[in-house]
Amino acid sequence: MKLRRDVFQALADPTRRAILLMVASQSMTAGAIAASFQVARPTISKHLAILQECSLLSSNKDGREIFYYVNAAKMKEVDDFLTPFRKMWEARFDQLEAVMKNYQKNQLENQANDQTQIQQGNRPSE
Amino acid sequence: MELKTKVNSNEAEQQLLITRTFNLPVDLLYKAFSTPELLGQWMGTQVLELENQPLGKYQFETRDGEGKVVFQAIGTIHGVTPNKQIIRTFEMLNTPFAPQLEFLDFASINENESELKMQIIYRTKELRDQMLKMPFASGISKAHDRLETLMIKQLDQ
Repeated sequence: MKLRRDVFQALADPTRRAILLMVASQSMTAGAIAASFQVARPTISKHLAILQECSLLSSNKDGREIFYYVNAAKMKEVDDFLTPFRKMWEARFDQLEAVMKNYQKNQLENQANDQTQIQQGNRPSE
Repeated sequence: MELKTKVNSNEAEQQLLITRTFNLPVDLLYKAFSTPELLGQWMGTQVLELENQPLGKYQFETRDGEGKVVFQAIGTIHGVTPNKQIIRTFEMLNTPFAPQLEFLDFASINENESELKMQIIYRTKELRDQMLKMPFASGISKAHDRLETLMIKQLDQ
């Protein structure tokens, strides 16, 4: 049985990501795609097959030529899958930054106060 | 809007890499993870204990308005290198999730900026994928309630 490839496995490969980026602006034939990469044509064909298998790429036959184009709906699905997780960490890290900025500000103020007290001949506060 | 936080998940691996740049000197970024009061403040949970030292341990707990415990997490600190690295485990209690191993690498970019790389290793790829689908599970706090509602809505769509 052939192992069905999953979207994330397909996206894990840098060549496949490059192919998607290239095809995103306009549909292209396998030959035109292969011409942009310094790898053998069969390798590109294999990448195209994997991208089609997981629905990231679709193809249209126009006469004797096959044009590949990006399946936008599938790409959005991938993005949506990771977005909530990223947003959760983004919010958490924003909070970290805010807490530490505040801490830094308080620290600087305390130092300034200590300086003033030293100048006035007092011991710095703990 | 472009998010400052990057999440890389490679299907071939049972891990996640979370990267983020902060407008903070590296010592303050490290402090946010190593000082109990500060960690509790930004995580939105109560840090019951945190021994930031080799073979140290920590415990988090969050209670709702009625005092009911809604989130409990524990872990051990495996190793620390101040301002550089923390290696720790993390386990959410009363959930089906297995403990995970976390490598936190801190790096200074310049005197006002620093970068955090969090490598989280899960027991299986399936658990990793489940975590991605349930981000709200790992950080239940009152401050995140609104965000969580939003995320649940998105997942339902």
